[in-house]
Amino acid sequence: MSGAFPSPYGGPSPYAAPVPVLRLGDVLLVTLQGDLHDGTAEQLQQDISDTVARSGATGVVIDLSGVEIVDSFLGRVLGDIAAQTSLLAARTVIAGMRPAVAITLVELGLTLPGLRTALTTEDAMCLLGDRRPTLPRPGHTRQESV
Amino acid sequence: MQTAGSVSACLPIHSDLDLVWVRQHVRQAAAQLGFGLVEQTKLVTAASELARNTLIHGGGGQMECAPAANGGVRGLRLAFSDEGPGIPDLDRALVDGFTSGEGLGMGLGGARRLVHEFTVDSRPGGGTTVTVTTWLPGPPRPREER
Amino acid sequence: MPEQDTAAHRRTPAQEVAGFLRDRQEQIAQRWADAALFRTVFTHSRDEAVEAGRAVVDALAAVATADSVEDAESGGFHVIRDQLARTAASRARAGSSITEISSEVDALRPPVTELFLAEFPDAPAEHIRECTTTLTVLMGTLRLVVLETALSEGEEVIHRQRLQLLEVATPVIKLWDGIVAVPLIGTLDSARSQVVMETLLDSIVEQHARFAILDITGVPTVDSLVAQHLMKTVAAARLMGAECIVSGIRPPIAQTIVHLGIDLSSVLTRASLADALAYALGQLGADIVARKGAGSEYR
Repeated sequence: MSGAFPSPYGGPSPYAAPVPVLRLGDVLLVTLQGDLHDGTAEQLQQDISDTVARSGATGVVIDLSGVEIVDSFLGRVLGDIAAQTSLLAARTVIAGMRPAVAITLVELGLTLPGLRTALTTEDAMCLLGDRRPTLPRPGHTRQESV
Repeated sequence: MQTAGSVSACLPIHSDLDLVWVRQHVRQAAAQLGFGLVEQTKLVTAASELARNTLIHGGGGQMECAPAANGGVRGLRLAFSDEGPGIPDLDRALVDGFTSGEGLGMGLGGARRLVHEFTVDSRPGGGTTVTVTTWLPGPPRPREER
Repeated sequence: MPEQDTAAHRRTPAQEVAGFLRDRQEQIAQRWADAALFRTVFTHSRDEAVEAGRAVVDALAAVATADSVEDAESGGFHVIRDQLARTAASRARAGSSITEISSEVDALRPPVTELFLAEFPDAPAEHIRECTTTLTVLMGTLRLVVLETALSEGEEVIHRQRLQLLEVATPVIKLWDGIVAVPLIGTLDSARSQVVMETLLDSIVEQHARFAILDITGVPTVDSLVAQHLMKTVAAARLMGAECIVSGIRPPIAQTIVHLGIDLSSVLTRASLADALAYALGQLGADIVARKGAGSEYR
């Protein structure tokens, strides 16, 4: 783009801080919070690919429960992350998307058909462990997935 | 920094940091006018799409945010304008999947589905202004002020 | 009217009326308390009706003082708008039509005119005529304000009821841990579909439900708009990590869907709510088996 505008990713901003990628055994856990910079999202895509390649992780869980909006840009980034990690033999699960965000994405026309989803990060971990969560019974709290 | 607590504002769009400000202002303005969570999310997402268009395709510009009224119904109106090359084929630009930049090509057509009113004013070489309005679902008449 | 020959003691009709209303506030209120409008609304005590009457007279006097007897938006009316709205609403609830309320308000005029004429037996006829005209216009404006508040009250009742109906009509039922269901009944318009979608998705989060069942047994017809709403709900639930099952598709509806060329292939469907529940339980790893010997007498 023309040089008349300040560099998009330059300048200090609380939002431009990189998103940490945590490693839990074979799974990488990424928790997104608040309003994401476009640059931060692209950086994250890069970081996840690098970490998967380096660590040999078999799964990636992206926790969206703290995210208030997902537009087509972030939607594309999420789709790309899933596609890239799958080339590296890791499965990506999107967890905890809020109802308002889901409705908006559908209205926007973005159903992200290739993405695996889960209600919570715990469910996502179960899904990646290829283990069905044990059957919950009424009156009991959900049993921990050992 | 921005006019906190006020609905009317004019925000510059010259970097992806500005996109964050635009989203935050629209969220705040929509909440202040009494929009529900889902409508807020739709409006903020539409604003994000349109502001990104302004930035990427229009080479930067601005968003004007103002309350709207139609009879007794209140709403929020957002106008995104740039001095860029304009949209040569508007019908095509509104079709899902059409894109001249990055992303999923959901920007314009997707944003249109997230709002109640949508108008594009564009001349080749003369810049583009996209105006969107969303109305509150309130009663047909405003309540008497107390 | 030229100022110089009317002398200082002669007041304008509006001022005259305002003065009269203020001086005779108590008598007017007493008479109004016996008029149908006040008598039927303030049934507890006559004092209440008199009190209400006083407030209305005060407001009319304020409007006349402001010389805006023809203006329904006049500031003086603001004070009593709420009271008038409740009065009109009370009459409407009792079954009075707008026309009836209108004539009841109109019935407030004769007692006032009577008192007014008795007040100035010796005043010049022309002045009296002007004043009574002003008084009549003022009472007409009052009637307009009452009708306006009555109508807006009606609109608000309708709006409130519509919102209540939306909520009442969409209960979310927990069938099992991790399985919720919404039985849809009646016609699905855009507004209701929106509420159904939001309610169901919120309950998925609240109940931690991996399965959500939309039962459309009670939906008379499925057109492309309804189908579109169903598909959107299914897609949104999927994004959140839950699976949505549409159940209760009766044979005629299945025919319509095929006939209209609606593609529901992206949606998981089952014939009945029971089938949908059995499917969801199966996915959760539960089977439904008969206990040995139990229920054998029914076989």
